[in-house]
Amino acid sequence: MGDGKAQFSRRGLLLGGAAAGAGAAGGALAHRWAAEPAPAPEARALNGTLTVPFHGAHQAGVETPPQAHGIFVALDLEPRTGADGVRRLMRLLSDDAARMSRGEPALADTEPELAEVPARLTTTFGFGRGLVERVDTAAVPDWLRPLPDFGHDRLDPAWGEADLLLQVCADDPVTVSHAVRMMLKDARSFARVRWVQTGFRRAHGSRPGGTTMRNLMGQVDGTVNPAPGTEDFDRLVWGGGGPGWPEGGTSLVLRRITTHLDTWDELDRPAREAVIGRRMDNGAPLTGTEEHDEADLEATDDSGLAVIADFAHIRRARTGDPDQRIFRRGYNYDHRDSGGQDAGLLFASYQADPLRQFVPVQKRLDELDLLDEWVTAVGSAVFAVPPGCGEEGYVGQSLFEG
Amino acid sequence: MDRARTVRTAWAAALLCLGLTACGGTGSGQEGAAPADQEAGAAATAADSFSVTDPWIKAATAEEGMTGVFGELVNGSGEEVTLVSAGYDAAGAVELHESSTEGVDSTMREKEGGFTIPAGGSHLLEPGADHIMLMDLAEDLEPGAEANVTVEFSDGSTAEFTAAVKDYAGADEEYEGEEQEESRSGGHEGHEDH
Repeated sequence: MGDGKAQFSRRGLLLGGAAAGAGAAGGALAHRWAAEPAPAPEARALNGTLTVPFHGAHQAGVETPPQAHGIFVALDLEPRTGADGVRRLMRLLSDDAARMSRGEPALADTEPELAEVPARLTTTFGFGRGLVERVDTAAVPDWLRPLPDFGHDRLDPAWGEADLLLQVCADDPVTVSHAVRMMLKDARSFARVRWVQTGFRRAHGSRPGGTTMRNLMGQVDGTVNPAPGTEDFDRLVWGGGGPGWPEGGTSLVLRRITTHLDTWDELDRPAREAVIGRRMDNGAPLTGTEEHDEADLEATDDSGLAVIADFAHIRRARTGDPDQRIFRRGYNYDHRDSGGQDAGLLFASYQADPLRQFVPVQKRLDELDLLDEWVTAVGSAVFAVPPGCGEEGYVGQSLFEG
Repeated sequence: MDRARTVRTAWAAALLCLGLTACGGTGSGQEGAAPADQEAGAAATAADSFSVTDPWIKAATAEEGMTGVFGELVNGSGEEVTLVSAGYDAAGAVELHESSTEGVDSTMREKEGGFTIPAGGSHLLEPGADHIMLMDLAEDLEPGAEANVTVEFSDGSTAEFTAAVKDYAGADEEYEGEEQEESRSGGHEGHEDH
């Protein structure tokens, strides 16, 4: 009994509150053990102190492991804002973003204390066609225009093309809020806000780093994604633009995809898995057991039917052309401001050339993808993400000096 | 604002350098301003060890007429120095001001004796406190632009620095005696928004 009680107490101690039920003797034992010096906890930096450098060959916020909170703010330039105005604006915003990425207040920040928690803050700037035209009409990349029409889309211009995008991400929502406010104060003389799209992932530290996100339909979303730092990634994401000002940059296609969760609820689990071609529990293809197993599109079941159906999302998204791939870095959104639920995915796709990489895949999905029954793109905008800048430069400098 | 902060971003540093003839030549990357009279080769002046961290100016139009210059004045020498006057090409007048706040109303007036910067220390110019006032602006100070400001010390030495122009809602102090002296000159007509 003595041994048993000691063991029970030890377990109780380790499991926290359970020790209270172990009786007086166990409780006393627990107290004695508790008084023993605990091994010194490893000093771990607070999450809020972590920083991501703003300066570099590429802008931060693309390769950066996705932070928990992301906001996309689109601005339209005021008619009076000319090329010189755009240059001044980008210098102001680049300086703000650089300082805040280090956990320092921006110049003339009225709430400098809010800047003290960088929490991996990144600001990524995207240029819409309107901005590039304002600076140099000859400098507009051929892909910097609205995507071709897709039959299934129900696009609302309220989420449409704009002149300038601020993508602000951090693991702390207060940090994001403050950074956006600071930059919008510096932008108000030049531009007005067109739209704002706010998204979230799992909170920082809830899941191990590198875990593929789940969308609000419960699906593991983004399994097939080029890995930052690989040659594949460099070619697919940073490889575009060719010579000229966009070199070292990429493009962002931001699609607001609303999900019809109420009708999705009508589908039982096997049907949900058939729609995607993946298991709901771990995202494995229906022909495999682990998330990253290669899908076997040839596999058939006992009755001779394809295990991954013709209409399944992953079959339709699959391409034999290794260049028709994109890099996804999406965020969930969920608004109930007016009572009903408006939920979905901010599908942020980065690729060297949207016309060659994004459009062919989207065309196939538009033609046939059973998932289309439960998801609809309601917003779409394309931006050129300029290369990064050095400590003495600003984002977009190559456009002005090109 | 962190008074002890000495880190400046490259932009700020670059801005500062724009106004300097000697920048880079001396390898003094942290110097925010260069003594304009360095060529004189005289003994160390107040300007020699003077720099400004994070200088900025509140954006203003010529119509508004006046605005403030802010930043951290840094004295790298072992002697106290006193900044006694300032200049800006496109301003009809430039004054050194102090502000006092009663409730939520700030009033500013000329600061007697200028700004004293302690040895090895700094003096902060910020909205609601000491600042350099540019008046009778001849041209707009647009957000994101740069402006060169000169300062003079009690020993007669001068320095120049370049400040970033920022859109800023505050720093709207009432000029002492403004009510009565409104018709004194055209310089303060921008204050009809008070």
